[in-house]
Amino acid sequence: MIAIKVENLTKKFNELVAVDSISFEIKSGEIFGLLGPNGAGKTTTISMLSTMLKPTSGSALVNDFDILGSQDNVRKSIGVVFQDPSLDEELTAYENMDFHGRLYRIPKKIRQKKSIELLKLVELEDRKDSLVKTFSGGMRRRLEIARGLLHEPKILFLDEPTLGLDPQTRNRLWEYIEKLNKDKGITIILTTHYMEEADKLCGNVAIIDHGKIIALDSPENLKQKIGGDVISIESFNSGELYSKLKALDWIKHTELHNGVVTIHLANAEKRVAELVSLAQKNKISIISISIHKPTLEDVFLHFTGRTIREQEADSKDNMRMRRGFHRR
Amino acid sequence: MDIIYTIWLRNIKRYLRSKSRIIGSLGIPIFFLLVLGFGLNSVVKISGTSQSYTGFLIPGIVAMSVLFASLFSGIQVIWDKQFGFLKETLVAPVSRIEIMLGQTLGGATTSFIQGFLILIISFFMGLKLANLSGYLIAAAFMVLIGLSFTALGIAIASKMEDMHGFQLIMNFVIFPIFGLSGAIFPLDSLPHWLKLLTMFDPLTYGVDGIRYGLLGASHINPLLSFGVLAGFTIAIVFVGGYLFKHIKA
Repeated sequence: MIAIKVENLTKKFNELVAVDSISFEIKSGEIFGLLGPNGAGKTTTISMLSTMLKPTSGSALVNDFDILGSQDNVRKSIGVVFQDPSLDEELTAYENMDFHGRLYRIPKKIRQKKSIELLKLVELEDRKDSLVKTFSGGMRRRLEIARGLLHEPKILFLDEPTLGLDPQTRNRLWEYIEKLNKDKGITIILTTHYMEEADKLCGNVAIIDHGKIIALDSPENLKQKIGGDVISIESFNSGELYSKLKALDWIKHTELHNGVVTIHLANAEKRVAELVSLAQKNKISIISISIHKPTLEDVFLHFTGRTIREQEADSKDNMRMRRGFHRR
Repeated sequence: MDIIYTIWLRNIKRYLRSKSRIIGSLGIPIFFLLVLGFGLNSVVKISGTSQSYTGFLIPGIVAMSVLFASLFSGIQVIWDKQFGFLKETLVAPVSRIEIMLGQTLGGATTSFIQGFLILIISFFMGLKLANLSGYLIAAAFMVLIGLSFTALGIAIASKMEDMHGFQLIMNFVIFPIFGLSGAIFPLDSLPHWLKLLTMFDPLTYGVDGIRYGLLGASHINPLLSFGVLAGFTIAIVFVGGYLFKHIKA
């Protein structure tokens, strides 16, 4: 069963191409991650799939409903937790649930029963009659997730669900998300720029950058693709080290970035000594050296030639420019 | 219908919960009532009637409080936009027209309550309890003012990105509408060209209608007033509905 099918979906804002002809499929029952820096086009994609934004071109089916042709059916079958908070702070937790239930025309009895059930699930039952403005960020997020589930959607969209939360709350939220997926069989599509989050939660990950999908696979396969292990060597003379290393045939792939040479290879433990002696022979001094299993961060670096953090700094500049442009 | 009720209910709940808003928005009308009412009562004579200035002023201030409350409650949509709540309603499988109508009815209800509170206070300022039908007529005009200016507020809010333009609205929408309506002075005393301008102010008909209801005397034929204001209400609800339909969350 296919939950979401996207074909050549494109969104342009004036000259800026926010989402550039992306295509992918999401199977029902999986947790799918859209991973990328801020401004990569993740939220724009979610907005189009949840019918909040009209695509410039391309098409998408959500639960077999066309996002342009049958908006109402799409909306009925999805739950959305937006990146920015969307609760009414002047209402209580229960009233927010109730409001949502009424909007989705859930009969009163079921609405009441399910609201309490879900508030229990996210451990907010004892605070159900407190105004939302007294809630912490984590509690609000949990309430939003509970609310998004009230109308029993087949697909739940989570746009940066753990943004701005402390690590403890984040871990708890991950547990909820996994539990929902397992117990209720809900397909979950989440966007994140936390590599760790995508790695831990998602069955499949699409890495998105500048509006394009640059890689799509399971986190394991993505990491496998770039080689078994990663060695990072920091050196004052990294350029020379880089060119020396490129000649070695047992190295699958190397990258030079900010004075750090990243090497992808198999059996790193056995090769470290060899690398160090090679550096010594060429009188290249090493500041530090580290071995780790590849993370999605390495995958991102591999595909884009940059780390995700730098990419973000960049896109923020772009956004500022874009805003300035709009105001004029 | 239940969707409209849901949105309406939210507005009422929020209104009843914010005591500071209720009291705060009574401030300016009461200030006008006291300062102008007591201050000018002995100085000003309304030509052609035996009516005291305070009596003349009360319907105007009632209209004013409904105007302020309804415009503000329409503009509240901007807050919903900024605090993100608007998205929650827009992504639900309901039509935007229903949301807009619920919002309009909610704003009209709360602004009617505001005007009613001023009416109660006016009894202590010498408003005489005349016949019931007069009050019903005044109430009908208050409802129309509430509906039309909430819808106008929503129309404005649909086009505004944030609260930065708020001052602009205060200066170029609220005060001209209020000032030109004849709420605090009789329109007869105006020069011809200005009088013509007041005829384009929908609130003029609202104020005159309330005045007819409460005092039994009016400047314009009350049926004409009712027709004009009702027409304006229907038109602006359509405009507001259209603009809200294309709102960007």
